[in-house]
Amino acid sequence: MKALRCVALLFLSAFMVFALALRVRGAKAPAKTLILSTTTSTQDSGLLDVLVPIFEKQTGYSVKTVSVGTGQALALAAKGDADVALVHAPELEKQYVTQGKLLNRRLVMYNDFIIVGPKEDPAGIKSAVKAVEAVKRIAGRSAPFVSRGDNSGTNVLEKTLWKRAGIEPKGSWYIESGQGMGSTLSIANEKNAYTLSDRATYLAFTGKLNLVVLLEGDGALFNIYSVMEVNPANGSRINTVGGNAFADFMVAPATQEAIKNFGVEKFGRSLFVPAARMREADLN
Amino acid sequence: MAEALLTLEDILIRHESATVLDIPRLEIHPRETLALIGPNGAGKSTLLRVMGLLQVPSAGTIRFHGERANGQNTLAMRRRMASIFQEPLLLNASLYDNAVLGLKIRGIRRREMRRRVLPWLERLGIADLAARRTRTLSGGELQRANLARALVLEPELLLLDEPFSSLDPATRESLLIDLRDILRQTGVTAVFVTHDRHEAFMLGSRVGVLNEGKLLQLGTGAEVFTRPVDEKVADIVGADTRFRAVVEQCDEGVARIRFEGGAMELAGEFPAGTAIVLCLRPEDIHLHRNERAACGTGVGHLAVRVIKVIPSTPQSRLVLESAAGPLVALVPRAVFSALDIHEGDTLTASFDPAAVHVIRLE
Amino acid sequence: MRLIWNGIVTAFALVFGGDAEVWSITGLSIEISGLATIVSLLLGMPLGILLAMSRFPGRGLAVALVNTGMGLPPVVVGLFVSIFLWRSGPLGFLDLIYSPAAMIIAQVIIAFPIVAGLTLTSFQTLNPNLGLQLVGIGASKPQVLWLLCKEARLPLLAALMAGFGGVISEVGASMMVGGNIRGQTRVLTTATVLEAGKGNFDLAIALGLILLALSFTINFVLTHIQQRERIRWPKPS
Repeated sequence: MKALRCVALLFLSAFMVFALALRVRGAKAPAKTLILSTTTSTQDSGLLDVLVPIFEKQTGYSVKTVSVGTGQALALAAKGDADVALVHAPELEKQYVTQGKLLNRRLVMYNDFIIVGPKEDPAGIKSAVKAVEAVKRIAGRSAPFVSRGDNSGTNVLEKTLWKRAGIEPKGSWYIESGQGMGSTLSIANEKNAYTLSDRATYLAFTGKLNLVVLLEGDGALFNIYSVMEVNPANGSRINTVGGNAFADFMVAPATQEAIKNFGVEKFGRSLFVPAARMREADLN
Repeated sequence: MAEALLTLEDILIRHESATVLDIPRLEIHPRETLALIGPNGAGKSTLLRVMGLLQVPSAGTIRFHGERANGQNTLAMRRRMASIFQEPLLLNASLYDNAVLGLKIRGIRRREMRRRVLPWLERLGIADLAARRTRTLSGGELQRANLARALVLEPELLLLDEPFSSLDPATRESLLIDLRDILRQTGVTAVFVTHDRHEAFMLGSRVGVLNEGKLLQLGTGAEVFTRPVDEKVADIVGADTRFRAVVEQCDEGVARIRFEGGAMELAGEFPAGTAIVLCLRPEDIHLHRNERAACGTGVGHLAVRVIKVIPSTPQSRLVLESAAGPLVALVPRAVFSALDIHEGDTLTASFDPAAVHVIRLE
Repeated sequence: MRLIWNGIVTAFALVFGGDAEVWSITGLSIEISGLATIVSLLLGMPLGILLAMSRFPGRGLAVALVNTGMGLPPVVVGLFVSIFLWRSGPLGFLDLIYSPAAMIIAQVIIAFPIVAGLTLTSFQTLNPNLGLQLVGIGASKPQVLWLLCKEARLPLLAALMAGFGGVISEVGASMMVGGNIRGQTRVLTTATVLEAGKGNFDLAIALGLILLALSFTINFVLTHIQQRERIRWPKPS
């Protein structure tokens, strides 16, 4: 049928335009590209915007930083769709390491979580010393609390707190946002609610929130970042050399120094504490 | 005789086991105007499309100037014809742009287009509307533009499918007369389809009667209308009066026939004793109050009773009852008022032997 | 309110101050969505015309598919394209994931049914006998197609605008297959989400306004071409 032939011809020309477009804007040479999977809060802190260019300049690699939820970041690495992972959910990470999907887990840095809330502090958590006590009081007063609800590192830690408090958070006061830390903080701000946040993101929101820090310093609130290499057996086309180079870079002394200095001029204090030389046991 | 402009041979079109068109042979002669009439679904529009090479028949050959249409030469042949349809189907642009569209398609230069199209716009009386957009024009003006678009191409064959049926009677009449004059002056060969017998009779040098895909009769208007070849054609052309008669005797081309309620003599050769069916056109039946007034040499007459009166102008239609059967008559308005006809009246109907047509033998 | 005003001020500062990153993000948005729209046009218009003008077994199904395609949620498209383009997927060997090319692919999948479906309906607004009449005055098949397209230019341009609008404004697919990578696959929509998520509302609003201004400019030009004829209202006497 002539009409079909016409359509086929146009499809072909569309395809050629397409192929040309792909040519021009397709991916760079695969050997020199590597995919780093990390979390939205890590990306949002701005740290990687400083570190990655340094790494690229040093090694000539081109890094594609994919920032998604913790669960997805780890799942991508486990499928071989990333070459190296940088996340902060120790319990979940250990599972992947036990399964052999992720290798050579090394501590990179830590910061801490804080519980923030309205200045008026209706649940009176300011006087609490331990985080578990604070969440008990919040639940007791049914004070509004916004949770990430997305199985991220932050969320996992929050759930641990509820568990240790012996409470199952349920009811209209417990709001699950399903979103990243920034959006969750915005929601808590609008609703005058409590929430658990990492300090870096909170600091990045300075001046934009009416929420204040009500609880900090509890050992249970450490937020530990680790870098993990991807098992070459996870898939084909994994850039093992590149991924491992990046992992090595994150724990290198110069990088650790850069991590310590990050945020000082802007916020007056470091956002992260370098942890490559530490042992995990010390941090709990 | 001049070579036929267009010849159709063994044309067959079938659609889902129904025969849409079945024409063993049809020739279109140069300079003639052929009118095609027939009931809805007879295949007239399909036949027109086949002639215009717009539809390919399932079987059969079409020759244009003797050359067979074979797919490769179809576009070239089509460009020597022009087809017009019932709706003007103009583009959303100015009247001028529409009128030159056919020329533009053929790659004619702008100045030449202007030179050729303006006289036609004048001729059709729409020259001062040239700049108007088609959305602002009336039906009649649009159809004139449609005609201009076709005529400016100077086609060898013009095909029109009921071009005036969607227009009001006054516009229609005016356009018909214009078209007839144009066809006469330019000598363009034309084939047109119409529902209107009056149009067919007026424009057509020949009339073709179609029914269920077949061409039942083809001849001049006078032939087809007054001497239909069978009862189906008689219905289509409006020879509505039919009744039986018997041939009493026949001598040297004159037959004496007898029907219920009367007798007369007709020209023709029939064996004595043959039963025949006659038909008459309604305008050929004349009515009289006085029986004696009805008599004239050779004129046939019948006593009739008026069953139904449909008064109108210029003619009234009367349904009459007689011993021979029902009759239908058309009576001019003046005669109708003079005779003061009402339903139930008894009158005498008369008809000239020349108007009587023997449609078949039984 | 102050937020929006700050956003406007920031937008001007970024655009006219020549902020390289914002210009590059804007350029990438235009490039990716522009290319996607062109490809969608080349694929979608012939398909729409074919569906409008021919009858073939399965046509009804094809039209239903096109109509369904018009309403595909971009994020679902993004997810499915990712699954194919991931290294773990069947087309992983193409190394297209997290590249502008992947975003173009996803946007084509989103836009071309829109273009096809609206082209189909725009041809169906034409008188069904118009094509026949054009052949009747000697037009060749390509000429008929060209004239019909010209006659249907109003709805066809609307189809183009709808296709472009659908992809310049989408974020779900771009995020999933592009990865919002700085300097490589970050476009106006994904950058807006990022900055809003970080709390940089001034910047987010500025980016959003730039996107709106871009979209408006392009649509303004197309609308001007489209709307050369106005609908008449009866004048009050």
